[in-house]
Formats: sequence, C-alpha cells, structure tokens
Amino acid sequence: MASLLEIDKLKTQFFTTAGVVKAVDGVSYTVDEGETVAVVGESGCGKSVTAMSILRLIPWPPGKITDGEIRFAGKDLLALSEEEMRNVRGKDISMIFQEPMTSLNPVLSIGMQLTETMLAHTDISEEDAHNRAVELLGMVGISEPERRLVQYPHHLSGGMRQRVMIAMALSCEPKLIIADEPTTALDVTIQAQILELMKNLTRDLGVALIIITHNLGVVARYADRVNVMYAGKIIESGTAADIYYRPHHPYTLALLKSVPRMDQQRQAKLDPVEGQPPDLTMLDEGCAFRPRCRFATTECAEGLPSLETVEGGHATACFNKDQVAATMKEAS
Amino acid sequence: MTPPSETAAAEIEVEADFEELAEKKPWYIRTIEMARQQPLAASGFVIIIIMLLMAIFADLLTFFPSEDNDLEYMLAEPGTIHSDLELTFLLGADQFGRDLLTRIVYGARTALFVGFTCAIIGSTLGLILGVASAYFGGWFDLVVQRVVDVVMAFPLIILALAVVATLGPGTQNVIIAITIPFIPQCARVVRSNALAIREIPYVDAARALGFSNARIIMRHMVPNVMAPYLIMLTSFLGQAILLEASLSYLGMGVQEPTPAWGLMLQGGAEEFAESAPWVAIWPGVAISLAVFAFNLFGDGVRDTLDPKLRSR
Repeated sequence: MASLLEIDKLKTQFFTTAGVVKAVDGVSYTVDEGETVAVVGESGCGKSVTAMSILRLIPWPPGKITDGEIRFAGKDLLALSEEEMRNVRGKDISMIFQEPMTSLNPVLSIGMQLTETMLAHTDISEEDAHNRAVELLGMVGISEPERRLVQYPHHLSGGMRQRVMIAMALSCEPKLIIADEPTTALDVTIQAQILELMKNLTRDLGVALIIITHNLGVVARYADRVNVMYAGKIIESGTAADIYYRPHHPYTLALLKSVPRMDQQRQAKLDPVEGQPPDLTMLDEGCAFRPRCRFATTECAEGLPSLETVEGGHATACFNKDQVAATMKEAS
Repeated sequence: MTPPSETAAAEIEVEADFEELAEKKPWYIRTIEMARQQPLAASGFVIIIIMLLMAIFADLLTFFPSEDNDLEYMLAEPGTIHSDLELTFLLGADQFGRDLLTRIVYGARTALFVGFTCAIIGSTLGLILGVASAYFGGWFDLVVQRVVDVVMAFPLIILALAVVATLGPGTQNVIIAITIPFIPQCARVVRSNALAIREIPYVDAARALGFSNARIIMRHMVPNVMAPYLIMLTSFLGQAILLEASLSYLGMGVQEPTPAWGLMLQGGAEEFAESAPWVAIWPGVAISLAVFAFNLFGDGVRDTLDPKLRSR
C-alpha cells in the first residue's frame, strides 16, 4: 500500500548573502494513513522547514525547494500549480502552529476564522458552516461554543486558542495535520491536555499527524514512528521504542541523556549535548555531528554515513552504530 | 487526568464577562468620557460636525442666491440691508454683490466634498498598495516603493499643480490632482506597519489554510493596519481642504461661479484688502478653522489609536 505522504530526497535551501543554507538536505520519510510521526531535533535542524516545504510555504526569496519529491495521496505536490496547491492547504493538509497567541488573527472573531476555512474550501452554506463550527469547538473541548464564536482571540487563554487552532485544522476534514511544536508555548499542564486531545481526535477521525517537536517526552507517548533530524538530515528513524531503548546514533543517545529522568537520583547530573549545532552554510563532506560526537573516528571526516537499516523499520546513519548501541546497553 | 472539557470550562470561568462589563455604559456616557480625555479633538470634531451640517443643509440655512451677481450691492459692508430681498448682508458682500455668508456656507460643501473624496480615495488606494507591497515583497515591493519615492520627492502642492496643469482646472480634476500625491504617502506608512504584521504567524497560518493572496491581504492584513490608515485619512482631510483652497486661489482649482473658499480669497485678497477687508477675511477664517478642526481631530485619532505616541 502506498503511503499517504512520501517525501523523497527533499532538499530545501536558502540563498542568503552569507551563502547557501542547506536547511533540508535530502530528507526522505513517509507517513501512512492515520499514523502519528514525530520529527525530533534541536532548533535550526530543519524540522520546521521540512514541514513548510510539504505545504510549499517556503518564502522565495530566499528559500527554495531545489530537489526531491513530495507525493501526497498519489499527487506530486511540487508539480501542482499555485491554485491547486491552495486547495490542498487547509483542505487536505492543515497545519497547527507553535504560537497559539499569534496564530489567530486578533481582529476577526473565532467564528469568522473557523467558518472562513470551510467556506473557502467547500460548498458549505453559511448556516451549515456555523453549525459545524459549533460542533468542532465542542469536539476540541471548548464549553459554550455558541458564545465563543462571537468572541475574539484576546478573550481566550493560550490553551483555548490552541484548541481553536486544532478545530480550524480539523474543519475541512484533512487527511494529514502537521503540528509544528504545538505545545511549546503552552503551560506544562495544558501541554498534556492538548497532546491528548490531538491524539484522540486524530485517532478517532483517522487523520495522520506529523508532530514536530524537540520534546522527547512527547515523542515517547504519542508517536508511532520517530525521525530524528540533525543539520538538515534524518540521522535515525524508527518506532518510538527503537529510538528510546535501542538508539544507534550518538546524537539520539546524547539527546536521551540530556533529559532529566524521574528514575534517577536527584543529585544526578544532566549530560547535555556539548557544543553548538553546525553552521549550515559550511558543511563539509563528513558527518555533521562529528565535532560533537564522542564516538567520532577518522572515517567520519571522510564521508557521510548513509541511513542504513538496523532491523525492521529502524535505520540509522552512523559508522559506529554498534558501539553506540553497546554503550546504551551498558548504561541500562 | 481530568477530561479536557472540564478543565477548559474552569479556564473560562475566570475570564468571563469582560464583554458585558464593557457594554454596560450607554453610548452618550462613553462619548462624554472620550471628550474629557481628548478635549481638543472633541472641539475639532464639533467644528467638523457644524461644517458638515452647513454643507448638507446649505439650502435651508441661507436665503441669498449663492451664484447670482447683484452689482447694486458690490462690496456691500457687513450689516447692509438688501432692499428687495429685505435681508441683511451679515458678513458683507463680495465684488459681485454676492452675500459672503451664503457663499461660505456653500463653500463648505465644495471644501468637504473635495476633502473627503480625496482623503478617502487617496488613503484607501494607498492602503491596498502598501499592504500588497509588504505582503508580496521582492521585486513588486521594490518597484512600488521606488515609484512611491519618485512621487514623494515632489512637494504636495507642486505635484498637484502639475496634475491640474496637465488635466486642466475644474472640481473633478482638482480631486484627482489632490488624490494622487496622497496615495504614496499613505502607502509608505501602511507598508511599514504591514511589514511587521506580515511576520506574525497568523499570516502564515492563513496561507497554510489555503487562502488566496487577495483574501489574505483584504481580510487578514488590512484590518490590522486600520490604525495607521485612519490616522493618515484624518490628516489628509485637513491637507486636502488646504490644498483645494490653494489650487483654487491660484486659479487652477474650482472655477467661478462655484462657491469655494480659496476662490473667494483670490477675488478679494489682492484688490480689496484695504477697501473691503471682509471679502478676504471670512473665507480665510473658514479655511483656517476647517484645517484647524481636522488637524485637532486627526491628532486625537492618532493619540487614541497609537498609544506609543501618546505624550501623557
């Protein structure tokens, strides 16, 4: 069965005065129908750019998708006209943004923003759109939806706004939702609620979900599959269990070690990933993680490790993956 | 964990009823409060309202014919009584024996018509151009902004004169001549605001929802730059009235016998400054008062809409 979304060797580059930034450099992954896929990585590793590339929302200039393919439900998204692409956005693929405080237009009422999407993409009547908006707000757990519709974003708290964003994303019954750090700007208590809500709704409605995050806790609980990105490339991918219990890439391992754990002693020191992420304009032919990697050998400077299968759907891009796996075993 | 709906309900309780609180005050109390906060703007607004009423009800307020010459009463002093009509020339008569008060009242019509038309058309076109320029960016922005630079390099009156010189005088052409220099001014200010708006995620969110460019500009960006737009609009009102008076004074604007304040000044100022000063004084007062009122009102609008500029 073909996947819902297939990204194949996608390359997105930004042409700046300081040089060409290879923000996404040959990323490939797939999302099946109804599946939740997480994309993990630190700031600036290209995870958001990958998402924006799927919707072709990279601003040109300076950004451009230079190579690769994105197929969604059999359609080549990169070959669509702008007009056709507009019908995909919001209707087939919708997006939830990081900042609920600024992702809603402050001068339009909640109801107007909710119904606008439906009116733009479907032949729904205004009355039906209104009823559907009430229903959607109820679905995302907002009480008194009728009253909420006439209110403006500043009447709502951050968590409520993110719920409204989710309702908007769901309004045209999309097949895929891309959530770009949906909980980063929220309170910790609200984060769990929002994630739980997204998980339940996507499962009930059979919508595929791409969660972009740097929060490994989110990944462990909600993702079916995980792609770890570093410097514009996927360096490890597999099920959540693969990534958590059997990491084969030193970066994944380092990420796991840098998270505080409840089962450790309180005095235990965190082990952060040393150094800075690389400058994406000046990558050499070797592995980009090499300068920060404790497993680095001379081999790492000479060539780029490709993504190789470890077992089943678990793949990693490291020459020394066996040592990494051994270290992990020792630790646990 | 608590089900989402319950906690959401708890969230709402806290922030409920802000709207009801705001709605409790009747409109006249809110108006008085506004006037207290902005006394100058309120007085400007009162003058504008009086002028508007004058313009609308000019026929009912005046009894002299506005455009017919009456050579018997040429340059009649204020207070002279017209023997046939049994009416007093309250402000005197001009060099053609026409009642000054009547012509000032009708002149308000011309002034306000030109003022509002130019200001509204000019700033609205500027608004759309400015937002589009900021939204699209790239070469479109570059071209638009260079054209704006060129137009703005000319002083307002020079550009207006050039346009009238090309098109010829007359009310319609005056409107075009005054509107054209307003467009780039508004476009520039609106663009700088729109550039900031463009970077706020809801514009990206709108694009991610698949809205067309026109829709994003008109529905999502334009309402967010209403403040600079209204500020420019109100400041244009006074400018347009002054510009129309200047053009008419120079003989390039509204033509006789249409009553217009600038035109009345032109007829009176040079020849009769000493013998019949009232011919020039009253239209001059009308122009000053109108521009003053619009500027006060405009300042008030700016202070209200742009808290960063508030002096207190």
